[in-house]
Amino acid sequence: MIVAGCDIGSLTTKVVLFDGKKVIASSIIKSKPKPEDGAYEALQQVCAIATVNQDNIAYCVGTGYGRKRVPFANDTISEISCHTKGAFYLYPNVRTIIDIGGQDCKVISLNTQGEVDRFVTNDKCAAGTGRFLEVMAKVLKVELQELSNMAKKGNEAITLASACTVWAQADVIKYLNEGISKENIALGVCKSMAKRVGVLVNQASIKRDVCITGGVAKNTAVVKELENLLGVTIIKITNVDPQLTGALGAALFAYQKAGGK
Amino acid sequence: MIVAGCDIGSTTAKAVILDDSNIIATVLLPVEGSPKDAAQLLLSSVQENSGIQLSQIESWCGTGYGQKNIPFADIVESEIVCHAKGIQFINPDVRTIIDIGGQDAKVCRIDAYGNVQRYVYNDKCASGTGRFLEITADVLEVPIAELATLDAKGVKEITLSNQCVVFAETEVISLLNSGEDMGSIVKGLHRALASRVASLALSIGVEEKIAFTGGVAHNAGMVGALERVLKTKLVVHEYCQIMGALGAALIAQERIKSRVAS
Repeated sequence: MIVAGCDIGSLTTKVVLFDGKKVIASSIIKSKPKPEDGAYEALQQVCAIATVNQDNIAYCVGTGYGRKRVPFANDTISEISCHTKGAFYLYPNVRTIIDIGGQDCKVISLNTQGEVDRFVTNDKCAAGTGRFLEVMAKVLKVELQELSNMAKKGNEAITLASACTVWAQADVIKYLNEGISKENIALGVCKSMAKRVGVLVNQASIKRDVCITGGVAKNTAVVKELENLLGVTIIKITNVDPQLTGALGAALFAYQKAGGK
Repeated sequence: MIVAGCDIGSTTAKAVILDDSNIIATVLLPVEGSPKDAAQLLLSSVQENSGIQLSQIESWCGTGYGQKNIPFADIVESEIVCHAKGIQFINPDVRTIIDIGGQDAKVCRIDAYGNVQRYVYNDKCASGTGRFLEITADVLEVPIAELATLDAKGVKEITLSNQCVVFAETEVISLLNSGEDMGSIVKGLHRALASRVASLALSIGVEEKIAFTGGVAHNAGMVGALERVLKTKLVVHEYCQIMGALGAALIAQERIKSRVAS
């Protein structure tokens, strides 16, 4: 039996195909102005990769910010539940999940059964979300993916006076004009990002093991700063792309709903 | 006795020249470059445009974000104290001042003598400051000065779902794409900023009369939005943007008087 999970985020749309044992195909594409279009495109991609006919997908669960817009979903489940499901499946020892998406940041505390104990979320302020890094990368004129490597080459981080994305942007421009290296600015940006996420993590209280999911999990410079700040080792998801955790969780729910064990 | 006050803000530099209780000249310039350069430019502009000699000015009091970078200031005083002094001179009935500047917002409660009782300010988050309008106006591709006119044309007030400037920027783009009229969007933006500043004000409580100062107070749309949120009329004076500089000049005057008296 093949099932699907579709996670429509603010920036990216993810689809995972799951056969009960493993992820057989996955796709991450940019979200479309019409979320339905993105969902279809990502679905077509995974079907092509796995050479599966769309009609043979037994069940699909939609999740994420745009979950109500997944045209082929049989059911929808919140991203908190799906991220928890996905992360717990990958690492049964996980008790805290830090999920940093394109437009929000969530910290989820879970129990030994993998159920959500409590969670805190920031979707009000761009600081501490992927958006902050996106804006900073743009000011620095580098690709978002390059920011992490650039930061690792820095040796003396600049300080940003305020967490606010708007003020930080002005600070970064000022530093660039002063001739400070992009590497040191990038390092300061990653530190500021970690600090902001750290505030949210401390509100949720931290239990080991801690893992990080979402697109920003791929920014290893931010993850390293966060580890330093929190004084814990953060598990990096390696067997699937950390950005797919929510879609994977949705697929796992789909599998259960379709009668799989 | 001629004295002067100088307020170097984040976006504009202001000077007020006072002869006893008469305001004899005012200058307002945009800040481009360092606060020090702005102060120097302001000084030359006073000399060229006010019809008075700099040597006639007995004392300068500096205030504002760039107060430490005014080489010719004999004294400096905080913006809060200066605003309180300025407004008390203009309208002694005012008990609460709401000041929205380019990079911050302040709310200050004063007594009948213009003494500061309580104050609160936001300079941590751009969304409760003039910057919010600057950035969103940029997205709409309209000059800041036209916001009030657009607001007046708005057929409805759109409720924005985001407070953060960064998120609001995206929201404005999608509102435009969905065909909403500019006026209604601008009305919504004014409402959003007004709500944000009003919650700052309500955190220390407001007492009437309430004055609205700072450059943003020139925007009639913003005045209306703040009045609707606070459910009261606001005192808005033509000198709303130079209140800090006026207060600084009054403080310079007071200091001289007290020196003479002792």
